Amino acid sequence: MSNSIQVPVLAEVAAKGEFPEYLFWVGCAGAFDERYQKVTRAFVKLLHKAGVSYAVLGKEETCTGDPARRAGNEMLFQMQALTVIETLKAYEVKKVITCCPHCYNVFKNEYPDLGGNYEVIHHSVFLRKLVNEGKLVADPEIFSDKTIVFHDPCYLGRGNGEYEAPRAVIASLRSKTKEMPRNMSKALCCGAGGAQMFKEAEPGNKEVNAERTEEALATKADIVATACPFCMTMLTDGIKFRDKQDEVKNYDIAELLVMAMGL
Amino acid sequence: MVKQIVFVLALLITLGIFGYTARRIIGFFRLTRPFPLSQWKERILLTLEVAIGQSKIFRFPVIGFLHALVFWGFLVITLGSIEMVIDGVFGMERSMSSTGRFYDFVMASGDVMAYVIMISILIFMARRLFFTIKRFYGVEMQKKSKQDAIVALSFIFLLMVSLAGINLTYVHQHAENYKGIYPVSAGLSETLFTPGSNQFVLHEISWWVHILLIFAFANVLPYSKHFHVFTSVPNVFFSRLGPLGYLPNMESVTREVKLMMNPETAFAAAPAGEAPPSRFGVKDVEDVTWKNYLDSLACTECGRCTSVCPANITGKLLSPRKIFVDLRARMKEKGPGLVKDKSFDDGKALIGSYISAEELWACTTCNACAQECPVNINHPSLILDMRRYLVMEEAAAPASLNTMFANIENNGAPWQYPAEDRLKWTEGL
Repeated sequence: MSNSIQVPVLAEVAAKGEFPEYLFWVGCAGAFDERYQKVTRAFVKLLHKAGVSYAVLGKEETCTGDPARRAGNEMLFQMQALTVIETLKAYEVKKVITCCPHCYNVFKNEYPDLGGNYEVIHHSVFLRKLVNEGKLVADPEIFSDKTIVFHDPCYLGRGNGEYEAPRAVIASLRSKTKEMPRNMSKALCCGAGGAQMFKEAEPGNKEVNAERTEEALATKADIVATACPFCMTMLTDGIKFRDKQDEVKNYDIAELLVMAMGL
Repeated sequence: MVKQIVFVLALLITLGIFGYTARRIIGFFRLTRPFPLSQWKERILLTLEVAIGQSKIFRFPVIGFLHALVFWGFLVITLGSIEMVIDGVFGMERSMSSTGRFYDFVMASGDVMAYVIMISILIFMARRLFFTIKRFYGVEMQKKSKQDAIVALSFIFLLMVSLAGINLTYVHQHAENYKGIYPVSAGLSETLFTPGSNQFVLHEISWWVHILLIFAFANVLPYSKHFHVFTSVPNVFFSRLGPLGYLPNMESVTREVKLMMNPETAFAAAPAGEAPPSRFGVKDVEDVTWKNYLDSLACTECGRCTSVCPANITGKLLSPRKIFVDLRARMKEKGPGLVKDKSFDDGKALIGSYISAEELWACTTCNACAQECPVNINHPSLILDMRRYLVMEEAAAPASLNTMFANIENNGAPWQYPAEDRLKWTEGL
């Protein structure tokens, strides 16, 4: 592991008169969810490895308001959104990278209605770019005997039409790959979208994540890859529920790349 | 001459009834809220791709292909129907035959498609009657849905049989000098009819049956789910554009939030010409946009949306199709009262009387329904507008969501973690 990475915080670097090219929007899950913190750390390692000019907001970051909007609380959403837009304006932020497809969607598609216009990049697209530029090169041996199946996050795939970037990142690992029967625009939701992440599911005969996990497990892949914090929670839970956590692992594409690079 | 008079009378009755229906529906549209439009070029391209090209119906390849054939067949056959109306009104025969090659093309493709549609309809009918196709069932699929389907399929089948009858007898009667090309009927008529026999009566019967069926069908359609024959192409044209993930902003809320956040603007007047909304979100039919209502009229209850809905698949109450079946039914119920009196209230509402909160909260906004809908209905945006009503007007969110709201308000995250901890993930890097 490369020793001690200092994560640049925007308020500190801006005080020195520096304005990094990208704001890395960590998101609530990326900052607080114990499992997803590992993804955030993995992604930051890749940013440093590739020498990307970036900073995070740190304590100045707040919720984008997306879960409130999806839960019908438009008032709260807009208050959050206008606050975030003000903060980004103060730092003259023009480019935003995020690992969360929900943050990505709200920044890219919905903030412009409120006056926030940025170039918004999901980490899958950013990592594909760095891989294509030769800045991140996976060791082809690490995953050569593993099979990876990718689960499309709704807000990356159907929501924004990005199906290829995460698959391209996985392809660079030189692993075997599988597809679930329902993939790309026909992918089944993990069950967490639309603020479901923050509430109990309505009565039914099955949990959505159980349905999706069974489909993933049926491919016999060793690794279920995702590119969304909520999908990760749902699929990790689903794999545990089926008691398969010893045989099948759930990783974000950034983590896979870090492993394949021995970082 | 008598034939012309009878024809014109039949046409006038048809147009009269259709006019009555159209006025009624336009009245319902007047009750709805605006849905701004722009990007006309994009809309034309989208219509060519999704409506004319049937691109989304092919997502279910086999049965989708049959539907596409029926649709494309209808397009050419409709040109022939227009000729029949001109012939009927002016007492002419084959009035469009002077268009030469074009006429040959229209008649030839219409002739082939008549038989293709006949076979497709028999397959559709068999699927409805003898097979159990899961997506044809559900709580919202009442007896009328099945009757509607059978009636429409029967109409189309008889339309094609009578069209074939016209072509077969026409070719037979004008052995060497008929206008247009009839690839199937020309050969078939030789085997069906004895050479030299007179099929004039059969031709007249076929002609009249065909045109009267069209007149009847046109007036039955608006009262059945197969109104989609008229509404689906416009519905695609007026699609909500942009990525599926996008949810439109509520301008009325933006004004209020800006007032709250910036006291200086507190006394600014609302933009001219903009009446304050009577309520936030959608509670009943008068709160939906005209596009939402058009969506409900364009829905032919095929159930592709519901068949891919994660909530529905796992046994929850939500069925995206039901949302639009309910909207259409509620408009039929409340619309006439509202047209007469804007403040009409029957004590019921779309939310509560038709759609339960439980259905609305089961949605994951995954957009699988909208992705699948062959006529570009957007289910999640209407579901979200109803959630907006529940939360902002009724404060009726599930308790756990209220906790999430409170967390965002208090510490800027949906979970109860303080902002001070936002860099904890960097420890150990």
